Amino acid sequence: MIRAFANPHRFMALSRWLAPACLGVGALLIVWSAWQGLWIVPQDDYQGGDIMRAMFIHVPSAWLAMASYMGLAVTSLVWFVWRHELADMAAKSIAPLGAAYTAMCLATGSIWGKPTWGTWWLWDDARMMSVLVMFFLFLGYMALRAAMETRQKAARAGAILAMVGAVNVPLIKFSVDIWSSIHQDASVLRLDGPAMPPVYLTPLLIGGLGHMVFFAGLTMMLVRAEVWRRRADVLIARKLAGA
Amino acid sequence: MEENAAMSREFLIKATGLGAIKGERILFSDLSLELGRGEAIVLRGINGAGKSTLLRMLGGLSRPDAGTVERTVRHHWIGHRNGLKPHETPRAHLTHWGRVWGSSAEPLAVARKMGVERPFEVAGQLLSAGQKRRTAIGRLLLAERPVWLLDEPFSALDREGRDLVTGLIDAHRASGGGVIAALHGEAPFEASREVQL
Amino acid sequence: MRTPSPLRAAFRQALGEAWAGGAGVLLPIGFFAGAAMLVPFTVGSEASQLSSIGTGILWVALALASLVSMERVFQADLEDGALELWAQEETPLFLVAAAKILAHWIISGLPLVLLTPPIGIALQVDPGALIPAMLAYGLGGLAFFLWGGVAGALAASVARGGLLIALLALPLFVPTAIFGALATVEGPGGPSLLFLAAATLFALAVAPFAASAALRLAVD
Repeated sequence: MIRAFANPHRFMALSRWLAPACLGVGALLIVWSAWQGLWIVPQDDYQGGDIMRAMFIHVPSAWLAMASYMGLAVTSLVWFVWRHELADMAAKSIAPLGAAYTAMCLATGSIWGKPTWGTWWLWDDARMMSVLVMFFLFLGYMALRAAMETRQKAARAGAILAMVGAVNVPLIKFSVDIWSSIHQDASVLRLDGPAMPPVYLTPLLIGGLGHMVFFAGLTMMLVRAEVWRRRADVLIARKLAGA
Repeated sequence: MEENAAMSREFLIKATGLGAIKGERILFSDLSLELGRGEAIVLRGINGAGKSTLLRMLGGLSRPDAGTVERTVRHHWIGHRNGLKPHETPRAHLTHWGRVWGSSAEPLAVARKMGVERPFEVAGQLLSAGQKRRTAIGRLLLAERPVWLLDEPFSALDREGRDLVTGLIDAHRASGGGVIAALHGEAPFEASREVQL
Repeated sequence: MRTPSPLRAAFRQALGEAWAGGAGVLLPIGFFAGAAMLVPFTVGSEASQLSSIGTGILWVALALASLVSMERVFQADLEDGALELWAQEETPLFLVAAAKILAHWIISGLPLVLLTPPIGIALQVDPGALIPAMLAYGLGGLAFFLWGGVAGALAASVARGGLLIALLALPLFVPTAIFGALATVEGPGGPSLLFLAAATLFALAVAPFAASAALRLAVD
């Protein structure tokens, strides 16, 4: 019979100390970056005054939103090809986290947009549109998994959808870029390029790193919870079979 | 050619070390069976024991959680569901699958043999359960296929229908075909082997 | 033995089913026209305003109306057992899925395209632009049906999966909606029509495989 948990043993041993370590280190880096961003970094009028300090949450959450969809696609592919149970558990765990980071990116972007663009929401901004579409992809992924009757079916359906979404993401990105380039480009945020002085860049990159490490820790925690849940299910099933 | 390959390997369908998991429950494990020419294997077990699951693995609908299935020849499938659409008449159903398989059998002749020539032009949703079952089983006569996988083939059939299908199974075996059937009642035909699940 | 023609048979059966079973012709048409009719009530009846948003309204109505029949395209096959039979045939399942989606598009999707000129005229869109725009609506509608078919296949085993299908399919509609809307504004000579055709070809290349993987799951 399949020993589905043969491999997870090693994961459980590793993540037992690695997950809390990631959470701790990630939290430290995030707090440092937030402290730098909120109190230390000089105010920059061009970026909209004090509100630009939202950048230290907004930009990392945008990176994480994209990275988590990539993570979802990769873990889904790994599961689909090799049926590696851990990959499915990781995909299942990444989805709600990715949705949360995507929502955070949209919320902070909107808060930042109000004073700089004069509106809460600007449809012309290609990046916000792409992130919005990604948010719906995450929601659909979670809803589909929840609608399936068994976890095996949830895994398969989720993997198919994540891969379909992943091959569509470049097309979605491209189409949204074309569309916003035809409408006027109102983007005020030019984060790319050499424009950003190191005094901003360093806390931003450290913050981004912190969010990534923190995200990894959260994912491991959720996968651990999933492993425990499945072990409990096995025990229940065994008990039912024995009764 | 298909037939020759089957002859040389001496089995029509062979399962080795099959296992099935539903949720976290193990339905069966390490199950092996082999179907030869002229044989009929009956799958037995209480509801939920995994008869249908095993049959679906043999037919290639479900991927085994463990073990392998080797099929050397093509097979017919009579599932728990008939495959008849609500708006489809026995004529439309038999014509459709006849086209898919390139059958030269006359749909009306098949319907006559199965005793559904009277509702030949009646939509599936208006047929009785027995008439639907007979129409579905009529598919077995459309094309020659060495293996029949049957899930409760006698369900919804009356005495006469059971005799009819038993006759089909006997004739199929006599001409070198094999049958695997999931049943819960008495088998009206002589089983070569029984698999208890 | 006659020549087996599984794909032609699948296509024929799906045509019959789309006509008689599923949502048929009338339901998507009613939905399409009804959704477009609501717009003047909500944004006002001023002609200049309507004419500027008319083609866009048609795109939204087309996208939503494409989803109307999706719930039944594969779910019916799953419930009556026909899908089990198809899944055991030697014919590749992705071709069967493509044939079925195409048949449903012909029954439920094409009539919507034919309906875009009268509804567009009612929405004060320049009549001269509407006839060439039908090509864009046709291409876009096909892409909507293909992605909707993937969502419908994924949700085939889900009871009352209609809303789930919408949630799964709508993000995939974005590129088609963008290129389609631009193409109808630009007219037939513009580059957006080519992008739209490319997006539809992409759907044609990807969706049948995804749908067949989802159907294998549904039938398991």
